Amino acid sequence: MKHLLSTTDLSKDDALLLLDTAAQMAATQSREIKKLPTLRGRTVVNLFFEDSTRTRISFETAAKRLSADVINFSAKGSSVSKGESLKDTALTLHAMGADAVVVRHWASGAPYQLAHAGWLDAAVLNAGDGTHQHPTQALLDAFTIRRHLVGRRGGGDPDGVGADLAGLRVAIVGDVLHSRVARSNVALLRTLGADVTLVSPPTLVPVGVETWPCRTSYDLDATLADWQPDAVMMLRVQRERMSGGTGGAFFPSPLEYTRYYGLDARRLGLLPDHTIVMHPGPMNRGLEISAEAADSDRAVIVEQVANGVAVRMAALYLLLAGDHSAEGNDL
Amino acid sequence: MTTDPTTYLMRGVRPLGGEPADVVVSDGVIAALGAPGTLENPAGDVVEIEAAGHVLLPGLVDLHTHLREPGREDAETVASGTRAAAAGGFTAVHAMANTSPVADTAGVVEQVWRLGRDAGFVDVHPVGAVTVGLAGERLAELGAMARSAARVRVFSDDGKCVHDPILMRRALEYVKAFDGVVAQHAQEPRLTEGAQMNEGVVSGEIGLAGWPAVAEEAIIARDVLLAEHVGSRLHVCHLSTAGSVEIVRWAKSRGIDVTAEVTPHHLVLTDELARTYDPTYKVNPPLRTAKDVEAVREGLADGTIDIVATDHAPHTREDKDCEWGAAAFGMTGLETALSVVQQTMVDTGRLTWADVARVLSVNPARIGRIDAAHGRPLAVGEPANLTLVDPSATRVVDGAAQVTASGNTPFAGRELPGRVVATFLRGRATVLDGAVVEAAEVAAR
Repeated sequence: MKHLLSTTDLSKDDALLLLDTAAQMAATQSREIKKLPTLRGRTVVNLFFEDSTRTRISFETAAKRLSADVINFSAKGSSVSKGESLKDTALTLHAMGADAVVVRHWASGAPYQLAHAGWLDAAVLNAGDGTHQHPTQALLDAFTIRRHLVGRRGGGDPDGVGADLAGLRVAIVGDVLHSRVARSNVALLRTLGADVTLVSPPTLVPVGVETWPCRTSYDLDATLADWQPDAVMMLRVQRERMSGGTGGAFFPSPLEYTRYYGLDARRLGLLPDHTIVMHPGPMNRGLEISAEAADSDRAVIVEQVANGVAVRMAALYLLLAGDHSAEGNDL
Repeated sequence: MTTDPTTYLMRGVRPLGGEPADVVVSDGVIAALGAPGTLENPAGDVVEIEAAGHVLLPGLVDLHTHLREPGREDAETVASGTRAAAAGGFTAVHAMANTSPVADTAGVVEQVWRLGRDAGFVDVHPVGAVTVGLAGERLAELGAMARSAARVRVFSDDGKCVHDPILMRRALEYVKAFDGVVAQHAQEPRLTEGAQMNEGVVSGEIGLAGWPAVAEEAIIARDVLLAEHVGSRLHVCHLSTAGSVEIVRWAKSRGIDVTAEVTPHHLVLTDELARTYDPTYKVNPPLRTAKDVEAVREGLADGTIDIVATDHAPHTREDKDCEWGAAAFGMTGLETALSVVQQTMVDTGRLTWADVARVLSVNPARIGRIDAAHGRPLAVGEPANLTLVDPSATRVVDGAAQVTASGNTPFAGRELPGRVVATFLRGRATVLDGAVVEAAEVAAR
């Protein structure tokens, strides 16, 4: 693995190696001294063309726990018309000797271009590009699902190390059309053997979704009650999507959205006891998820954040430590 | 304009791909044409061209070219764009109006027309904007442009759609006074806000905002009905979807006076190329699916689609060397159009060379009302606007080696058949041995 751009690029072995490595990383994070010397002397650049404090901090923490030098490069709004081009930014980072570039970009495909245009030779980690992919989010979601639904229930390894997600049912609910989280998760969960149902108003599923390796539903109540998912993943809905402005008017009002697609206490009651509730954050409490649901015992939302650091440590480690990964000596 | 005192004798050419003949070009016209070896040797300064097996066509006419001047001379000028046109076998191009300033007055269209005349590689026929500043709010002075020295007959807001139905109706009606035509860029703006590529399976997977086929088809359907209602002629620019072909086919069956064009790139490329995120493949209307490609080929073969037009859209490197979402729409086409048509339509047996002459010369000249000079029969006494093609040649396309000032070709690295060996504009060789002949060289003879 040279780059981490899309979960569609990951084989099952790749995905399991990432998750199992993340489990090892997570184990080190309960130690008193959390910092590992693994990436000492390596430089990781967080290149953010779009604000995302959460994701940036998560990657920054991951890199620092591995002793890498971290440079934060905020290039918000950068484009040909607004400032330095992506190409010049890439050439600059190359000249500075970056070993890995973690990139968040408003444009779908920008990380792919960085990895393939020949502008720099660093490893590229996609930290979310437009409405395309957010692979580390999907990995941390899979890691969280495995821990709760395979590890703790299965009686084997408590983290579910080595196991896939065969037979598990995951409902992904909300704005699939604009969601890189949904795209990443559909591909990765399928690779790991889980079954996925996307639940969304018809205006918020992409054309061509019938070719995706999942089923789709417009009915959240029916999906929860009849399909009995093991995990329910709520997607963030942007309030501006309801307006009639640019490409808007996807749904009539926030109230109507909440009524049919919001996760609340009543809908929690339709679920099996073991079902977990997930959200990539930041949440719109009262819109796609009620406070009762967000704060319930089923919610693993805060744990997702913690697992995000472990998964990103694993990704950085596997991309930068390269062939030594199998030995795992310095863990 | 430079005249060429040279007489050219082409031996063994196949006019419209037919039986071999010798052809003499002199004094701006086809001076003689006969079976090989039967012509008298012309007197004076004669250049002989051994052209056995080469196909002779009437000079190609492009109804849809972006020459970028005035305003974006960093991407293309009238001089560089018309040299590229000659290299591609063209003898006339229609220069689209979306320059800066917009070609929406007699002054701007006359400027472009003069620049074309001064360059001397092809006849440049400016297209006039339909609305002031392409803003879609009020009609530009269409009459003044029609009656200017540029004699504009084709009007288009290309790049933007005349989406207001009442404005479109008025434009269709108004241009009847001078036998003009409105060439519509069919794109419903509300359905395509922020659109980046064809809406379909690929856009859904790779997360780029979709440009649905219906946004094109809805406008074409509306416009053919408007044209029928007011009894005007309508031209549909760069039709790209199977549904659009069906609508035009239906309109023609009803006797509606509509013509349609397809670009070379829509004859061969599909939206799968967007998976590379390489903005070279970003174009408007977007590359569609394999099913659409087959439908436009079929439409071109059966005459539903009247012409191939390049939509040659040069852009600077910096407008393409960036994120897909930030990149400009468009690709160059003048120097690859004939090869793509040969590859997709002739070599597949769907069009003859006579058909190629029809879709790349005769029909576009007729639609643009320049058919007194272009798109003429290959006969003695006709103006010598000619293109000589070696269909057996092949080449690998190299953007940097193009004559156009811009390198954004989606065919880079692809092998294409056919090579333009010579182009003649009123008897003047603008291309010989596959190379552009500078005006100064001719004057120096």
